Amino acid sequence: MSLTVPAIPSRPWKKPPLIKRAWLRWTLILGFALYLAAAFGTTNVNWARVWEGMPRGMQFVTAFFPPDFTSRWDEIVDGIAESLWMTVVATVVGIALSVPVGIGAARNIAPLPVYYFCRSILAVSRSFQEVILAIFFVKLFGFGPFAGFVTLAFATIGFYGKLLAEDIEDMDASQAEAVRATGAGWLQWINYGVQPQVMPRMIGLGLYRLDINFRESAVVGIVGGGGIGATLNTSFDRYEFDTAAAIILIIIAIVMLTEYSSGYLRRWVQ
Amino acid sequence: MMSKTLASPKRSWQRRDRKTQLTVWAGYLIGTAIFVFCFQKISETTIWAFVWDAPAQAADLGSRMVPPAWSYIHQLWRPIWDTINIATMGTLISIVLAVPIAYCAARNTTPSVTFLRPVALFIIVASRSINSLIWALMLVTIVGPGVFAGIIAIGLRSIGFVAKLLYEAIEEIDESQVEAVRATGASAAQTTAYGIVPQVMPAFAGISVFRWDINIRESTVLGLVGAGGIGLELNAAITQLYWTQVSLMLLVIIATVILSEWVSAKVRHAII
Amino acid sequence: MLRIKGLTKRYRTGDLALKNIDLDVPDGQVMALIGPSGAGKSTVIRCINRLVEPTSGTITLNDTEIVGLRSGDLRRMRRRMGMIFQEYALVERLSVMENVLSGRLGYVGFWQSFMRKFPQSDIDEAFRLLQRVGLDHMADKRADELSGGQRQRVGICRALIQNPELLLVDEPTASLDPKTSRQIMRLIKELCAERKLSAIINIHDVMLAQMFAERIVGLKLGEIVYDGPPDKLTPAVLTQIYGEEDWASTIRKADDDAEPVDELAPARPAETPVIERDRLAGLT
Repeated sequence: MSLTVPAIPSRPWKKPPLIKRAWLRWTLILGFALYLAAAFGTTNVNWARVWEGMPRGMQFVTAFFPPDFTSRWDEIVDGIAESLWMTVVATVVGIALSVPVGIGAARNIAPLPVYYFCRSILAVSRSFQEVILAIFFVKLFGFGPFAGFVTLAFATIGFYGKLLAEDIEDMDASQAEAVRATGAGWLQWINYGVQPQVMPRMIGLGLYRLDINFRESAVVGIVGGGGIGATLNTSFDRYEFDTAAAIILIIIAIVMLTEYSSGYLRRWVQ
Repeated sequence: MMSKTLASPKRSWQRRDRKTQLTVWAGYLIGTAIFVFCFQKISETTIWAFVWDAPAQAADLGSRMVPPAWSYIHQLWRPIWDTINIATMGTLISIVLAVPIAYCAARNTTPSVTFLRPVALFIIVASRSINSLIWALMLVTIVGPGVFAGIIAIGLRSIGFVAKLLYEAIEEIDESQVEAVRATGASAAQTTAYGIVPQVMPAFAGISVFRWDINIRESTVLGLVGAGGIGLELNAAITQLYWTQVSLMLLVIIATVILSEWVSAKVRHAII
Repeated sequence: MLRIKGLTKRYRTGDLALKNIDLDVPDGQVMALIGPSGAGKSTVIRCINRLVEPTSGTITLNDTEIVGLRSGDLRRMRRRMGMIFQEYALVERLSVMENVLSGRLGYVGFWQSFMRKFPQSDIDEAFRLLQRVGLDHMADKRADELSGGQRQRVGICRALIQNPELLLVDEPTASLDPKTSRQIMRLIKELCAERKLSAIINIHDVMLAQMFAERIVGLKLGEIVYDGPPDKLTPAVLTQIYGEEDWASTIRKADDDAEPVDELAPARPAETPVIERDRLAGLT
């Protein structure tokens, strides 16, 4: 190779844009800008009211220093306990129910009608926020933790069932086929060909869902589903910010604790 | 030789040895006991008559919900628009705030491991453990009911989510690329812009869109505590027992959520 | 001229990686640093541009003391030393051009670099270098679309656009196939000759080191155990550096590699070294 490089004419360089087609790029940019303008334009903020609320906001912030654990301690303990019962029962029942739904929603092992049926259960469960479900279950089962438990269990089906279905769809088909080739029955096939492949991840996800359920149990109470949410809502209604602050701190502490211990458990199980 | 083989003792095979098997059984026993205990606690406070009556109630409610009040849709456009705005603007706010927090929380970029990192981690945990509805509940009492409270609530709740995933992405970057940029004599800001930003950009965009998708779902309920959006109408219709309107709104919510899920999947696919 | 005196590095874990290294590299010399993994090759290179902080000792490049420079001066110092990495260390999500231009980061301000508004002279130089290594048509490709050999050439361009006085090369061929390895090493050697650059090349492949370096330094457990020309690298020396092994097939005859290779020429089978077993038999 020659060591002298012929001089090349000077040419400008610009970073090529992310979206190559100019019209598409400008449509997207303009569209987003227009949307933002419209969104800002139509959002009415009552600044006077916001300003008025600032002292109350400060009051709320100062309520954290120190929070009041004592005056409603019994209610707090009851609420937390109820949330815990709900969380445990809902997670267990929810996962138990989501196993058949999840298997049914896996395209590679379920027949088409079953697939569509199970997928629609998952879609409904996932579309609605827990609170909307809770409103209906409170209507059906009456106030209290039972409605909260049913809500969380139903929401668990949506979460866990979908992930289980996806996991089954992603599994290694040849392993499952090998088990089928031995002449195993359907249940044996699930037990030997499918279950070992999805089990480790699903255990981890189950613990993760336990976490989520506890966090969610704090909100189903707001619409009457029992648990710590009910206590929290009451304290807001009474403007007892220092009690609310105490409850929020307790929730944060428990969430941290469950997150830490479930992370530890997950590592231990896998 | 032959006879010797035949005489070898029958070997039994078990999946687990005795000790493991016992541990497993004990685990099951304890698990079941906890479950039964918890269920017992719940059933103490439950009025079972209501529960047994529930299927009849459900059938009754169902019959009152059909057909949905289609004409009511014209009054829903505005709440839907508000709901989407709450989600979008809340997500934007959270993104802006989450970036510096994630930067401080990631072990490899934080300016101070002893002070800033724990603070950032605490903000992340606090934001994540409190549901957006609780944030909304607080904010409605502070800044008053309306869309604004909803936007802030969504924003505050999402900071933790975005910052957590982002700082994990920052911790997973390939350090050698950063080192290579640093070796050219680049300043700290340039090293970040050339070595770190390009590596986490796809993850960042994916996380943001994913959170936006979740936020659409969350913002449908904020109205229940007065923070604007379609939840406000839903709450009103439920308290006034306008069940046909309720069923329409449920359909609208499903459609919005499925649409946003589709958009977010599309965008994430385009990025990665 | 690079002058290292009494360089010692002790990591925070307590491991003593370098023990009192003395080393002079005159201008225009291509030097290979060989030694088993863990001998401290990478640490030497990284101490020179202070990606790793030396524990004690002095390093001077053309009369500038490197150890003890404050951040601004250190950055100005770093841009005088180009570094080429193992596994290329390109920023994979940036384009080839951006990667090459990132070599100019020490010369331009933050906003200028952030907006990708580099001076035209830098862009001209980048195109010239890319053309020199045969990649100018790839300028707007993303770095992760390139093959290993192409990536390493981009890495070379990034180092050279700094207009360095010294090249620090860290295992440039560790993830390349034998043929590409040779091409890359030859390219580095040619470019050093063109620009009268000196280079320190960490390399574990003894044969490549002998083939392309004028001087070889052997490192073992943080100490220099060999410093001399490639053809004095006997099995006895290798045993001293690496430990007992049959070195006959590793050592290359001095005049084995004569003809230059055009790396853009169509692929041809990688040459296998001819070994004079009879001659070497006596040495092992």
